Amino acid sequence: MDTKERIQQTVTGHPVVLFMKGTPDFPMCGFSASAVQILDTCGVKALHTVNVLDDPEVRQGIKDYANWPTIPQLYVNGEFVGGSDIMKEMYQSGELQKLLEEKA
Amino acid sequence: MNLAAAIHERLETLSPESIDLVDESGQHVGHAGAASGGSHFNLTIVSAQFAGMGTLARHRKIYAVLGPLMQREIHALAIRALTPDEL
Repeated sequence: MDTKERIQQTVTGHPVVLFMKGTPDFPMCGFSASAVQILDTCGVKALHTVNVLDDPEVRQGIKDYANWPTIPQLYVNGEFVGGSDIMKEMYQSGELQKLLEEKA
Repeated sequence: MNLAAAIHERLETLSPESIDLVDESGQHVGHAGAASGGSHFNLTIVSAQFAGMGTLARHRKIYAVLGPLMQREIHALAIRALTPDEL
């Protein structure tokens, strides 16, 4: 299975997936930490995270997959939502809570 | 040309009314990502070209314009992309 297939399987296999640097308990980057915190505040229970620092292929592959050059990246029901700035904006407008309630 | 100047030059193609680019690399010295040498920037850009676009599309447009700079030179970029009406 190539990297793209692996990523696809991950994002479709869980309702909410965050590709990040580090883990929710030990985020290795401020943007990833902020993303985890926002999802936590939204009450997401079944958060699946992937630590891209553990897997160089996924670290590059996820950038190609979404055509998005940075990490973290949030996926809800297999669809790319955005990075940490977009998550923050959507949280402040209430859009993110709605999306997570409806889909996740 | 330094990196900030290169970013400014590329962003000009979006005919921005204003660009506020802050180099925050100093805040990230010593963390894991900073080891690779990339820079951290905080960008606020105002352009009429963003009208009618969602946030995701605006960010994509900026990434597209910055192109190869996003691969290595820019390690992190916080973006606020607004239209003149949204100021």
